[in-house]
Amino acid sequence: MAHFDENAKPFSNKWLDERIGLNTLKRVLNTEYWIPKDINFLWAMGMVLAATFGILVISGIFLLMYYKPDADLAFDSVNYTIMSEVGFGWLWRHVHGVGASIVFLIIYIHMFTGIYYGSYKRGRELIWLSGMGLFVAFSAEAFSGYMLPWGQMSYWAGMVITNLFSGGSLEAYGLVEWIRGDYVPGDAYLTRFFMLHVLLIPLAIIGLIVLHFGTLRLPHVNNQEGAEIDFDEAASLWKAGKRKESKVIPFSPVFLSKDIFVMGVYFILFFYLVFYHFDFAMDPVNFDPANGLKTPAHIYPEWYFLWSYEILRPFSKDVGLIAFGIAQAAFVFLPFIDRSPNVAPAHKRGLFQIWFWVLLIDMIVLTAMGKLPPTDPTFAFIGLVSAILFLCMGPILVVITMFEKKIEKGA
Amino acid sequence: MEKERRDFMGLSLGLFTAAGSIGALYAMKRTWDPLPSVKAAGFTTIELANAKPNELVVEKWRGKPIFVLKKSADMEANDRDVIVGGDRFHISIGLCTHLGCIPAYEKDNHEFFCACHGGRFNASGINEPGLPPPSPLEIPPFKINGTQLVLGEEGPEYKKMKIDNLIA
Ligand code: HEM
Ligand code: FES
Repeated sequence: MAHFDENAKPFSNKWLDERIGLNTLKRVLNTEYWIPKDINFLWAMGMVLAATFGILVISGIFLLMYYKPDADLAFDSVNYTIMSEVGFGWLWRHVHGVGASIVFLIIYIHMFTGIYYGSYKRGRELIWLSGMGLFVAFSAEAFSGYMLPWGQMSYWAGMVITNLFSGGSLEAYGLVEWIRGDYVPGDAYLTRFFMLHVLLIPLAIIGLIVLHFGTLRLPHVNNQEGAEIDFDEAASLWKAGKRKESKVIPFSPVFLSKDIFVMGVYFILFFYLVFYHFDFAMDPVNFDPANGLKTPAHIYPEWYFLWSYEILRPFSKDVGLIAFGIAQAAFVFLPFIDRSPNVAPAHKRGLFQIWFWVLLIDMIVLTAMGKLPPTDPTFAFIGLVSAILFLCMGPILVVITMFEKKIEKGA
Repeated sequence: MEKERRDFMGLSLGLFTAAGSIGALYAMKRTWDPLPSVKAAGFTTIELANAKPNELVVEKWRGKPIFVLKKSADMEANDRDVIVGGDRFHISIGLCTHLGCIPAYEKDNHEFFCACHGGRFNASGINEPGLPPPSPLEIPPFKINGTQLVLGEEGPEYKKMKIDNLIA
């Protein structure tokens, strides 16, 4: 049997180390998890996301105390009870609403950072794939949460999105009714999306975050030059006290303190929005109770879904669904359709740099067009062109990366 | 010998687990099914005698809006019309066949306009080509009963439309 020191004080470092391998754990996850020095504030976005998820969980727990998952009671439990009766109920609601919106801004920044620096390439494919898993899970979490206040936008977004599962000409209305538990969104629909929002999807998210962190541990995070660092050598320099010469720093406490600084700046902005500008995250149409006999004049999703919504909209039903499906899945394949061997920032990769900015701008244009009503022919045309351009970006990437020149490292 | 016994145990465990999982999955699927009470929420009767020409009335059946539009003399006749007491009616489920928004009736040009993605239907519920909706507004199962319409029941007129492929 293992040896347990009889003199070790209960819960002291030694006592814990003998029982749960505390020191090994600290070494693997903190003090000897090496982070390159050559990175910038964009590398703090991952921990900013983790912290925002934490804030969403905490505010959600307090909302849960008074929320009533019932088609007759839900609207008032949110808009009356939580907003005006519960002490500081408004705070949890605004924190939760602003958090749910801002988390997508940070996710997009985090994703485009990965794309810009080629952080999805050989060795880092699983980081990217688990990240896409998180993106899908967060999208489902945001959608299910949007159902809960049971306002007009909840109801009609629920109607339109669940109808997507009829698969167009496949006419799979049985599947749609199965998902809803009703012919239209109703009580059974609300209670099952409540279950998904407060239990099943958060559990999946927690699991995926653990997986995402796990996939990072061996490849390590990328750096601004995409340099291949000899971590053993750099680590021994650090441990020998040559901290200036070493190319790395330990995750904790050194890198984490930088992360926490960026988080500090982020949370100033976050709480500014919560207290002075929460309305951007609260759609006015959703302050009307759900009414199955009246569609709002103009239905649009929250801003973070607009780009993919705009890819659905300009086409006929079947083509639109196929285009939408491709757009949803496209980013998953990035590690496999980028044929270039170079792990380098976009500005060193020739045509790839143009591709990157065109993609980013195209998605911003799609987002802007998606918010407009479908009546203006000029904007509808711009939307159509941007949607087609988006669909072409995948094949274009394959071609330009096939011909990308290999960058000689160390030059 | 030892190994064979272990393989046997492994195989039987695997088979039991597989059977149990299939059973559990079936139970989960059934739990997500619409409840019998929801499915039975059956029949709605609509009185047509008081309808006014070119004025859309929206009724409710199985949680869905039902369009009832009495056609005026100048509006084009169509095989999809329901004829009650000599008058022509357009009856349909008022959900856009694209993704299910409720189109609005534009009285002046006798058209339904769907604000969600810009779909259009004429006063007989036929979709305008080239726009997102792929098919006409769907006609719900109905039975004519004097001046009344029973929704949810298939009368002879509905069955005939179904054979002629007119309902959607
Ligand atoms: C929303 C939940 C997410 C959390 C909590 C999270 C967390 C993290 C953390 C802590 C890091 C390391 C620090 C950093 O480089 O920023 C990281 C890296 C990374 N994440 Fe995420 N992430 C999330 C979503 C995503 C998504 C949606 C993607 C894109 C598909 C993604 C792709 C990546 C990549 C490629 C890296 C490696 C960056 C590098 O090597 O430089 N993550 N993530
Ligand atoms: S739902 Fe009517 S046009 Fe899309």
